[in-house]
Amino acid sequence: MIAADSPDRPSGKLMVVDAHGGFRHRQRADLAALFQPGDVVVANDAATLPASLRGTHAPSGDPIEIRLAGWVPAGGKLGMVAGDQRQRSAARRIPPGSVVGRDAGRFIAIAFGQGDHRTPTEDRPPPPALFPGDRIQLGPLVAVVNRLLNHPRLLVLCFLGTRADLLAGLARHGRPIQYAHVPKPLALWDVWTNLAADPVAFEPPSAGFALDWRLLSAWRRRGITLTTLTHAAGISSTGDPTLDRRLPFDEPYTIPPRTAASINRAMAKGGRIVAIGTTVVRALESAAKADGIVKPGSGFASGRIGQASRLRIVDAILTGMHQPGESHFELLRAFADAQDLNRATSEATERGYRAHEFGDVMLIERREQNWVGGCRPTVAVAGAFGSY
Amino acid sequence: MPVNLDKAETVTASSLRGRRIAITGGTSGLGLALVRQLRDQGARVAFVARTAEAVDRTAKQTDAIGITGDVGRKDDIYPLALQITGHLGGLDVLINNASSLGPVPLAPLADTQCEDLERALGVNLLGPFRLTKALMGALAASAREARGALVINISSDAAVNAYPNWGAYSASKAALRHMTAIWNAEAQDDGIRFLAVDPRDMDTPLHAAADPDADPAMLKRPEVSAAEIVDRIVEGLPPSPARLEAVRS
Repeated sequence: MIAADSPDRPSGKLMVVDAHGGFRHRQRADLAALFQPGDVVVANDAATLPASLRGTHAPSGDPIEIRLAGWVPAGGKLGMVAGDQRQRSAARRIPPGSVVGRDAGRFIAIAFGQGDHRTPTEDRPPPPALFPGDRIQLGPLVAVVNRLLNHPRLLVLCFLGTRADLLAGLARHGRPIQYAHVPKPLALWDVWTNLAADPVAFEPPSAGFALDWRLLSAWRRRGITLTTLTHAAGISSTGDPTLDRRLPFDEPYTIPPRTAASINRAMAKGGRIVAIGTTVVRALESAAKADGIVKPGSGFASGRIGQASRLRIVDAILTGMHQPGESHFELLRAFADAQDLNRATSEATERGYRAHEFGDVMLIERREQNWVGGCRPTVAVAGAFGSY
Repeated sequence: MPVNLDKAETVTASSLRGRRIAITGGTSGLGLALVRQLRDQGARVAFVARTAEAVDRTAKQTDAIGITGDVGRKDDIYPLALQITGHLGGLDVLINNASSLGPVPLAPLADTQCEDLERALGVNLLGPFRLTKALMGALAASAREARGALVINISSDAAVNAYPNWGAYSASKAALRHMTAIWNAEAQDDGIRFLAVDPRDMDTPLHAAADPDADPAMLKRPEVSAAEIVDRIVEGLPPSPARLEAVRS
């Protein structure tokens, strides 16, 4: 598939994969006419941090790029990153009073040696050898290596100074994380969706680029509710296959009480839940693990959703064009079987769809066998998202 | 039944407690008075101004969050929005107060340099447009959570009346006033209200630069205008849980 190489030329194609594996090719503007009154669309309103920081590794004097990649749970326990099952359960216990249960000064980070985003991440040289206690000067910010996480590129980093220093330093010196398929340097306005609110994501929840205020207004007129949660989307790719297998890291989310109520009410009445992007699926399915009811509040989404997962909440996902092998593609297998997804990929390639965060989008309805219900009315019939 | 003034004051004071409010031009004049009064009422306040020293001084005096930046510079806008929402964790009220007079001393339009008009439009019109756009997601989130969402754009009677020598400022404020009205109509269904407020002629550094011969005693004190705007904010937001509690008790 061709890579969408610029945020300035938004692609406008929409592929719909229905619950029976049928395809339709539409335009993004047609989203306004999709879905039914009573359906609820859930988007991720996280704004994106300028999480790429260039600087110098003080002990060696060598150049280094740090990409902030995830939050460290408050209390310092790491889940998937450390790969320690005992710590994973601790990581999900969020301290009372904590907004999203994250430590504001510490981050999971990926380190690269010299070069910049124009070199594909898989070809980037390794960082200088890092040891706990090493100082890294990142523009106006100073960070200290807290510890390595079983990989020379993966570390926990602690910033010195106040929270205000950190925010001001990121605002002045940080750049959005970007990859070689977009040559032009990205600005923050390129990576904030229209709904971007709290800056907690490390890469944009990019399916949200498909939503604008005109579309939200059209949905409102048709009785389709837009609601949001905040999910701190982490880094999507490191260029290192062994590290990429550990993605996504545990990611904190917050589901406002009104969002949870809106989803649970819609489900009780037979309305369908549409997730804008993979992060929304992770948060909602994580928050409904116990009994299929979405619980409001904060938590950490852990583990992967994939072929073996049974979805309790989400009926359809709007997502970018992902390809076999990407972790996001694996999540889509919870919605559709591999055969249909592979056919969708071939067809998207033939028809000139564009991949990656500024590319085209696909709407995938969940296949019936991928649903674990019991308490939900059976309304999922062909064309339930109709009008197209 | 006699009015219990003590309770009325408590109700007003607690109604802004915990509200997340951002103000541009927060280190002097009306902006500074707003920062002080909103902090006194328990709001969480982040303010923006151009000069780091003045920002630090005001932050220390008021215990508000000071952010250095220039709303007239396109490249500053998202870094400002990042720091505002990063500090406050969202946003309920945005007050676009920072203003540029254009040419100083004031000049007839025919003597106004294009760059001075551009600066006035950049700070007074494009600045509020860009910052509001960057913060629309946060404001809409606040509205969805029933906290309310309000954008106050500081206007002027020069936005309506044609005063000789005030051309650059007037044109920019007239455009801001109209933009406010249109945005209010468009964002109504998203739960975001937009207000243009004329604080009248005040004894501020901006007014002194525009009219050095004016008698300060004849001008309104910025504290008075700020108090009026605080009232508009209280009116414009749904009651907070704290206020409902106070009313009930």
